[in-house]
Amino acid sequence: MSPALLRIENLKKHFPVRLGAFGEKAATVYALDDASFDILEGETLSLVGESGCGKSTTGFAILNLHRPTAGRVIYKGENIAVFDEARMRPIRRDLQIVFQDPYSTLNPRMTIGEAVGEPILFHKLCSKAELPGRIERLLADVGLPGRFAQRYPHELSGGQRQRVALARALACEPKFIVCDEAISALDVSIQAQIINLLLDLQEKYGLTYLFIAHDLAVVRHISDRVGVMYLGRLAELGTREQVFADPLHPYTKALMSAVPEADPAGERTRQRQILEGDVPSPLDPPSGCRFHTRCPIAMEKCRSSVPEWRDTGAGHFVACHAVP
Amino acid sequence: MSETLLEVKDLTIEIATRRGPATVVDGIDLHVGKGETLGIVGESGCGKSLTMLSLLKLLPNKIRVAGGSAMFGGRDLLTLNNKELRAIRGGRIGFVFQDPMTSLNPVMRIGDQLAEPLIHHRAMSKAAARQRAGELLKLVGIPGAEQRLDAYPHELSGGMRQRVMIAIGLACDPDLLIADEPTTALDVTIQAQIVDLVKGLRQRLGMSVVWITHDLALIAGLADRICVLYAGTVVEDAPVDQLFAEPAHPYTRGLLASIPRMGAPDSARLSSIGGTPPEPGRRPAGCPFAPRCPLAEDVCRTTVPALAPLRGEATPHRVACHVANRVMEAA
Repeated sequence: MSPALLRIENLKKHFPVRLGAFGEKAATVYALDDASFDILEGETLSLVGESGCGKSTTGFAILNLHRPTAGRVIYKGENIAVFDEARMRPIRRDLQIVFQDPYSTLNPRMTIGEAVGEPILFHKLCSKAELPGRIERLLADVGLPGRFAQRYPHELSGGQRQRVALARALACEPKFIVCDEAISALDVSIQAQIINLLLDLQEKYGLTYLFIAHDLAVVRHISDRVGVMYLGRLAELGTREQVFADPLHPYTKALMSAVPEADPAGERTRQRQILEGDVPSPLDPPSGCRFHTRCPIAMEKCRSSVPEWRDTGAGHFVACHAVP
Repeated sequence: MSETLLEVKDLTIEIATRRGPATVVDGIDLHVGKGETLGIVGESGCGKSLTMLSLLKLLPNKIRVAGGSAMFGGRDLLTLNNKELRAIRGGRIGFVFQDPMTSLNPVMRIGDQLAEPLIHHRAMSKAAARQRAGELLKLVGIPGAEQRLDAYPHELSGGMRQRVMIAIGLACDPDLLIADEPTTALDVTIQAQIVDLVKGLRQRLGMSVVWITHDLALIAGLADRICVLYAGTVVEDAPVDQLFAEPAHPYTRGLLASIPRMGAPDSARLSSIGGTPPEPGRRPAGCPFAPRCPLAEDVCRTTVPALAPLRGEATPHRVACHVANRVMEAA
């Protein structure tokens, strides 16, 4: 197994909010609680779960874009979770992010060349004379012709903009990229192009990805390991085979069962396990195991005590009282 | 084949641009049988939503129907005036939109929103409509239905709001329910609940459903027949099993191949369709898919292919492609 590039220990992010018509009530959103896992060099680790489960918060907290409430993020022997912006700056070269919406992440007044060149100039990675050549190489890397450097974002399609966002992330030769729903806004035929591009770039530059997504079919296709989150906590984490072929947590099982398959005959006869009810509010998460209000096999213990996050063997982690 | 409920012929829709009108829907033919569920599949901008919105005169400004007909119950929907249409909208045809947050009235209690079509179309008294509203909420599986009647939309979760939208769509026992990407904004476990709900209701109420989606995997388990749209035209129309077993149009084949499948053996790369769909107003001459098509020939770049039965047989499987027949025979 590859060594860990990033080590995440008991990472927490709580957001204070004010409720009521006049903001008179203080409350806390428990967006992420006690997440511990390693991100291995060169792997694609995916985080899946439903909206509000804390998967994007996890990505933001690792990059210190949201300052963690507690816990550690170890990168090159140092806990970057406590770094201020000035100390983070050189590290941001290594740790990049691509967002979901390619329409709002590019500055509409900057040409594609300016957008891609900005991080290079900021980190002083090359001279002004070398810059155009470097931008052209980056655009070629993401499959765009060099003449696109003179264009503006509104002249590009969604898929092309997402390629630009990737080129921008690649500009300062990062080791690690968080892909935060980076393909979710794209049409199916374009989505496949971007997935293939991500895989090509990983091979070429030895990149490590934290891939945040809700589309399980895509996750299954590209991941080495998968983490499943529910309401701010990790429910299960393991290799793709462990999580997809042998899911342990009842929530993972329900999630897999809800994914539709492009197979009409199979779909008609398939026995689905349909979860009842909705995800509870992260403002007031259930006591004990946060899944117990919807869990088909919840026991008395699940209501009172938080299940321990443990390795069941061979790196297959789970947090569930019912798993032996 | 069962009796036809809705028959759309040669529907053309234009959008007004600075450079003059641009065609966004170009001569669409489709039909829905009684009790049938039709899936309309396509990517953003292919005209799948506009086609259905145009039937009830719900098109946004600057977009208008330029030609065609839509026969429903012996009358052409496209020729009806507003008063006549009002009797059909929400009455004989129910509509469920993608985003329940913006389609529900935020300052109206959901009980009143449910009662509105009942009072309007069924001339029910307020008390009777309220009682029926409670029953409808129960029908769509909202727990504590009677208490929820006085709730406002913001007090409900996304899945609950979508159930309310479906209940409103069903309020007057419509012959046809049009659902425009009703689960796209929802999480996968909630999506499974809604799909299950619509399947059950369809069986119990015997209505026809048109389900608009971009998700081929989702529609596989739901539709009887599927129409695949590309750049404002129907490129393929087939019973669901045939479409998945024997896709004939290169675009349909490309779409199916680009879906990562859970059960499939791991392959490093997905097959993808190069390029992007044409913009309205810049549609190529000939087949709209020709510029992206791996099989395109000279004829494809000059002549628009007609939607015709596959292999010239009397089959419900129809495809609009010059080369499909030959390719299917060779395969």
